[in-house]
Amino acid sequence: MGVSAWTWVIVVASFVLYMGIALYTRAKSAVDYYVADRRVNPVLNGMATGTDWMSAASFMSMAGLVAVMGRDGSAYLMGWTGGYVLLAVLLAPYLRKYGKYTVPQFVGDRYYSSAARVVALFCAIAISFTYVAGQMRGVGIVLARFLGTSIEQGVVVGAVIVFLYAVLGGMKGITYTQVAQYVVLIAGYLIPAIFMSMMLTGSAVPPLGMGGTLTREGAALLGAERGQHLLEVLNRISLDLGFPAFTAGWKTRLDVVAITAALMVGTAGLPHIIIRFFTVPKIRDARSSAAWALVFIAVLYTTAPAVAVFARATSVATVHGRLAADAPEWFRNWEGTKLVGFQDRDGDGRMRMSADPARNEVTIDPDVLVLANPEITRLPPWVVALVAAGALGAALSTAAGLLLVIAAGVAHDLVKSVLFPRMTDKAELLGARIVALSAAALAAWFGLHPPGRVAEVVAYAFGLAASSFFPVILAGIFWKRATKEGAIAAMISGILFTAGYIAFFKILRPDLDGPRHWLLGISPEGIGSVGMLLAFAVIVGVSLATAAPPREVQELVASLRYPREAHDAGGPSAGRRTFR
Amino acid sequence: MTPEQQASYWRRNLSYIAVLLAVWASVSYGASILFADALDRVNVLGFPLGFWFATQGSILTFLVLVFVYVKLMNDLDRKFGVYER
Repeated sequence: MGVSAWTWVIVVASFVLYMGIALYTRAKSAVDYYVADRRVNPVLNGMATGTDWMSAASFMSMAGLVAVMGRDGSAYLMGWTGGYVLLAVLLAPYLRKYGKYTVPQFVGDRYYSSAARVVALFCAIAISFTYVAGQMRGVGIVLARFLGTSIEQGVVVGAVIVFLYAVLGGMKGITYTQVAQYVVLIAGYLIPAIFMSMMLTGSAVPPLGMGGTLTREGAALLGAERGQHLLEVLNRISLDLGFPAFTAGWKTRLDVVAITAALMVGTAGLPHIIIRFFTVPKIRDARSSAAWALVFIAVLYTTAPAVAVFARATSVATVHGRLAADAPEWFRNWEGTKLVGFQDRDGDGRMRMSADPARNEVTIDPDVLVLANPEITRLPPWVVALVAAGALGAALSTAAGLLLVIAAGVAHDLVKSVLFPRMTDKAELLGARIVALSAAALAAWFGLHPPGRVAEVVAYAFGLAASSFFPVILAGIFWKRATKEGAIAAMISGILFTAGYIAFFKILRPDLDGPRHWLLGISPEGIGSVGMLLAFAVIVGVSLATAAPPREVQELVASLRYPREAHDAGGPSAGRRTFR
Repeated sequence: MTPEQQASYWRRNLSYIAVLLAVWASVSYGASILFADALDRVNVLGFPLGFWFATQGSILTFLVLVFVYVKLMNDLDRKFGVYER
């Protein structure tokens, strides 16, 4: 069976599995729909959170970014894992103690203001849509390449599938589906990585293989000698093309710090991740769930740089200098998607790669490197299909989580609490599903008109979260004196500054997009850190200039700090009586 | 918990957070970015050390940090009688 046939089989089988789980666990009440009845086991919750977390950006884009950025790509590796430390120690347990349904709800209660709640809702929607746009593009790419659909058809199909199981199951359906998706995703990522590691360096553990020495087969493929270190060979290949050495850093340190910080802090400010800690039974489960999430994420993230190294070395080695007529099969397969291409600038019929954009003849979109990897190394078609299914699982799981945030937010925080407070539980559930439908349609539209590459678009979402939610939630928990005026001002100034900077350089004046015109040399991907500092300054300044919060709010803040009061019969269930 | 116990519990929590975040920052911003070039001069298991921290070492450290925090806080909860059953 060819790749296409295998892909149909494996992808359809995985979709049937996800829909089956969603049906079996479908939500029957609002508390089911929003927080899975708060009964998810922390290890499974960690696995689901990890899957929700690892989107098409992690699966497809990230290794591609490390492949073309060298060591600086680690800003994404560290940024997207380091944030879990922040979540575990600064946010998760306290928000779980608060224990309601959504992040805007927390902002509204903590800052004693429905205006704050609505502003928070708009921030959540802006962040989630930006993020989901990247996912839908990822889905479109996978379906276009492997199932022969156009990217447009792929996006629409993806949106329909996500809508179906997010709408049916709600948070409960999403959580258990994500456990299944993790298995598919991690198999799709690890199996090719292990094969490549063994082929190139003889090690079955990709993170170790990355530092290993070449086997005879690997040396032949890369035009090097057996026994040489893979990283040294890759450094030489990079230098030959005119790039700096792969293991060195290329961007300014400040920019790398800014990007890493924006991604770490943004992680701790993402509404669709924060709500994953509302679904466990106890406060201490929230801490361990964050830890387990990082375990499951780290399995992929420690493998990603290895995949990047393997892909970069092999893609260059099998293409650079080859006659165009003799291009490798993987290259020809991908040319149809227009994400891979050759333009004979010097007319010699050979494909030459170069760091100099004027001389470079070969373009390989970094988003496709992970997907193309098994084809570059001629792995069997079922492996290629598994990778496709894994990428789809990653994209769809995240898109579902995001849609749920949008749907829950609009239904719960806007329609019910502000517009129709006497709405019944059932009506709210229906409302949430209707909103999910519209959000899915809009997300599909964004997938068809994406503002950039998957990981870049996702990085912008992080910048927005870092500059709006993170400062306001952190101050809300740790500083009793933070007031509603401070929070509202901080969210608005943070998100407008960051969104404005990104829009200016990416949409309005892309001709100016470069280190010379950036503020302190910080790129749009990193500007969220500056936005965060701005928002912190605003919340401190404005809070001190306005009246202190009422005593009940200050007591609420204090009570978040303890898992339970010693005289209570139990943990959060007792808390629920007080807070509801 | 009495107010004194609450204050004591919270102070302990904050000190744990401070130490863990100090390690978090030094392994990521320190070893993997600001001092990476200097560390690269050392080679460990085939990796330049700065590059290793940036791509593997920092992530492994984060894992240790979060599990250490879980253990510390569970112990603290037990000590103050607020461990949830």
